[in-house]
Amino acid sequence: MAETDLSPAPRTSTADTAPGNASAGRPTTATAATTPPRRRRAPRTPGRHGGNRPLRVILRLAVIVYLFFLVVWPVSLVVLRTFAPVGDTGGWDAFVTRISDPAFLYAFGLTFTAALWAVGLNAVFGLGISLLLVRYSFPGRRLLSALVDLPMSVSPVVVGLALVLAYSSNQGRFGPLLQSLDWQIVFSTPGIVLATTFVSLPLVIREIVPVLEEIGTEQELAARSLGAGAVQTFRRITLPAIKWALVYGVVLSLARALGEFGAVKIVSQGASFNGETATLLVANRYGNFDEASAYAAAFLLVLTAITALVVVTILRPKEHRS
Amino acid sequence: MSITVSGINKNFGDFVALQDINLEIPSGQLTALLGPSGGGKSTLLRIIAGLENADSGSITISGQEATHLPAQKRNVGFVFQHYAAFKHMSVAKNIAFGLEIRKLPKARIKEKVDSLLELVHLTQFADRLPAQLSGGQRQRMALARALAIEPSVLLLDEPFGALDAKVRKELRDWLRRLHDEVHVTTLFVTHDQEEALEVSDNIVVINQGRVEQVGTPDELYDQPANDFVLGFLGPVTEFQGRLVRPHDLEVFRQEVPGAVAGRIARSTRVGFEVRLEVELNGSADAAPVNVVVTRGEARALGLTVGDTVFLGLQAVLV
Repeated sequence: MAETDLSPAPRTSTADTAPGNASAGRPTTATAATTPPRRRRAPRTPGRHGGNRPLRVILRLAVIVYLFFLVVWPVSLVVLRTFAPVGDTGGWDAFVTRISDPAFLYAFGLTFTAALWAVGLNAVFGLGISLLLVRYSFPGRRLLSALVDLPMSVSPVVVGLALVLAYSSNQGRFGPLLQSLDWQIVFSTPGIVLATTFVSLPLVIREIVPVLEEIGTEQELAARSLGAGAVQTFRRITLPAIKWALVYGVVLSLARALGEFGAVKIVSQGASFNGETATLLVANRYGNFDEASAYAAAFLLVLTAITALVVVTILRPKEHRS
Repeated sequence: MSITVSGINKNFGDFVALQDINLEIPSGQLTALLGPSGGGKSTLLRIIAGLENADSGSITISGQEATHLPAQKRNVGFVFQHYAAFKHMSVAKNIAFGLEIRKLPKARIKEKVDSLLELVHLTQFADRLPAQLSGGQRQRMALARALAIEPSVLLLDEPFGALDAKVRKELRDWLRRLHDEVHVTTLFVTHDQEEALEVSDNIVVINQGRVEQVGTPDELYDQPANDFVLGFLGPVTEFQGRLVRPHDLEVFRQEVPGAVAGRIARSTRVGFEVRLEVELNGSADAAPVNVVVTRGEARALGLTVGDTVFLGLQAVLV
């Protein structure tokens, strides 16, 4: 038979190197939607700037210094302060006491409830919108694509104000209806969910869209010609291909949702046991000279975000193997 | 007749992709859709497969009206130029896909996949991912995947277009042998006339959305319906106001009745053949006539640049 049979070494052509996840791994892809799908970069080799070693060292140093003073140092101060002694209390025991405060538990419970709703809604609708944007052409497609980015560019405070205008019981368009149903959206949990969903809307979409564009439609068409219906094609072909983009989008959404402050500040009552989310709690406690509690809550928020990123980083190598 | 195409029209906006196409594709044979890029042949293939809808006209596959059937109900095997391999599935899983969709028993699927792997010589690659295969191997996998569903027709869209010349040649021979084994009605799109002439039983020449000619490779080569078909199936040159093939001209050193005198302006040796450009006497402004002779002929006649020669059409063609 053809002698190509015998060569065990995989020959990779440009058509097959990237398993559709080239962009899934970059945390900055929320803004990468406008760039064409990219191939994964070749691994960095030591000799890439071999002729310019001093420049490489200076660049590396500059980046490290920049990141240290901008991110690492300030965040580490929060961590240190969390466990610092205040008066005669402090350390781990004091931290545990602070976070066992029922108001704390309520605030984190509310934050996680809102975040899970937001992430769930955005995963489902984000997937739908992505498929619509990439797989179908219709009038207004570009407008929709731009609209999807709006929540990223508008200040969350403005989002909050807009939601209050639209959905509050006493001044919103649906005010009378909501009042007659005795259903309060703004200044209660649904409002917080709405605000959180709004601000994290683009993240899932901006992860999935480039991957969908890159995999193209041929695999789906092949599945169709082999007898698969629309649902089978989606489940067996499309979903596995965009799985990692979806996971990454969900994690980014989760991190964004947990940290949301501005929009929630407007649509929530923001009082203890009454619409006070974790970020609002940080602000309230800090404002009320209960800095120790503020740092404890802040530490938990940082910890959650870092955990999410670490989990994804551990999971991600699998994507390279597939 | 295995595939009947009648009155198919297809426009993309202002662009006429296909215009009143009527075709009968005989069953059990290997038919090539040959034509230049953008001529509409791939569009026709995709319409037959149900991957694209015609504006008007109808398609019948194995006697069954298929015009409005969705792709997944047509029982058509389709092979794409860029393989369309399911990247997250092993070779065996790729081939099993259509069978799993049809919910065949597991044992039966395994049996079929094993025999197909053998047919396409990929048995030892069963557990590899497509990314670990060469282009040629991937295309053979795609073929096995399409054959697995026992399609009533097999459609191949430029199946060897993405492969390098050597692998393309090997796969072409292999496809011919495979077809002699499985005998499934096969329609394949190509823009390579050599590929079409070498592999197929029948050729349909399509250009600018229209069928130019249908026939066996011999018919098309020897009795082209028009200048387009003549020109597309091989090199042509103008000689005394008509288009002829460069190798159908005979070169003489002495004047012969019917032959025209000229001067060899250029001579290029390519492998076993020698390509001459001959400027005919009295028509210096016209493009030179291209003539191809074998290396042996050129040597026997002692042809060199600047020589005066006499050109005539080979006796069989006059």
